[in-house]
Amino acid sequence: MAARTLVNVPPKAKRGEVIQIRTLISHAMENGFRHDNMGKPIPRDIITSFVCSYNGETIFDATLHPAVSANPFLTFHTVATESGTIDFKWIGDNGFSQEASAKITVE
Amino acid sequence: MNRRLVAAGVAGLLAISAAVAAALAAEIPLDQRRSSYEDMSPGNKAMQDDDTANPAVLFVLDGEALWNAKAGASGKSCADCHGDAATSMKGVAARYPAFDNALRRPVDLEQRINISREQNQKAAPFAFESKEMLALSTYIATQSRGEPISQFDDPRLRPFIEKGRAIFHQRQGQLNLSCAQCHDDNWGKSLAGNIIPQAHPTGYPIYRLEWQNLGSLQRRLRNCMTGIRAEPYPFGAPEYVDLELFLMWRARGMPMETPGVRP
Repeated sequence: MAARTLVNVPPKAKRGEVIQIRTLISHAMENGFRHDNMGKPIPRDIITSFVCSYNGETIFDATLHPAVSANPFLTFHTVATESGTIDFKWIGDNGFSQEASAKITVE
Repeated sequence: MNRRLVAAGVAGLLAISAAVAAALAAEIPLDQRRSSYEDMSPGNKAMQDDDTANPAVLFVLDGEALWNAKAGASGKSCADCHGDAATSMKGVAARYPAFDNALRRPVDLEQRINISREQNQKAAPFAFESKEMLALSTYIATQSRGEPISQFDDPRLRPFIEKGRAIFHQRQGQLNLSCAQCHDDNWGKSLAGNIIPQAHPTGYPIYRLEWQNLGSLQRRLRNCMTGIRAEPYPFGAPEYVDLELFLMWRARGMPMETPGVRP
């Protein structure tokens, strides 16, 4: 099954208001240090980076490491400047790539 | 020694041990029952309450896709027979395990899903704790969120509730502990850094932060059994279903919280 994402962006905000953005993605975040029942190492499979852009401009990015738990949940704040689209992109090992987006109306 | 004195002493000891046994074996009064949600940190409570922060919701979305996906030789989806889960499955998980006429014993929600897959959809059953089983059972149980857990007053269930109660009170494992010794007698106290819960299965399947994954009630029961160094029953064992039934009956009337989050 494909990765599931849940993003929470307030649909409406006042200009200049500080808004909270919350993102959640399903991912096992296999850290590469574990072994299976037969003692064989389980290869690393994690999300390595996350970028959030607001009308094309990057407003938040993060580099993720093996210590981040499964199904990473990231919360951050930004200033509502104009109406438009907020895009989210997660990139990881083995060609993992997942996108999501949300609309915001600024009055 | 005077024979009468010995007899009095023995009677006294018996009275004391009976009093101790009565004090320890008491069940939690219905109005003192509480969900272990109450013992969680504000952060963990917020995680469960907010559907965009609750990681179990990711599984609920997968479960919704499975509900609507055609499966097996019948080419039918769950929705083809049951329709909209929001109405047809509302309150269903709150009355499971339920009595199965063909098997002459209670089956839990996971077993019911597999019975329906095999008999109606002509599809292969899901493995216990597989991502698909967890997703579909969580999706179904989420439709009962806020609904009170059934009273389980079907008389055919009574002997199985009693079997579950017997397992709950049975000392087992190298630590020689019963479920009741922690969850009836010592709830609210600390076990290492954790508060001992009353063990009400209100939020299952739960997303457990320690597991970094979703897990069924049976997985949680195995967890406790290995904790007391007892040999866990295999997944799907009738003993688990009896225990699940007893625990649900013990939590009768409490609201369902699925999808629950626990540390």
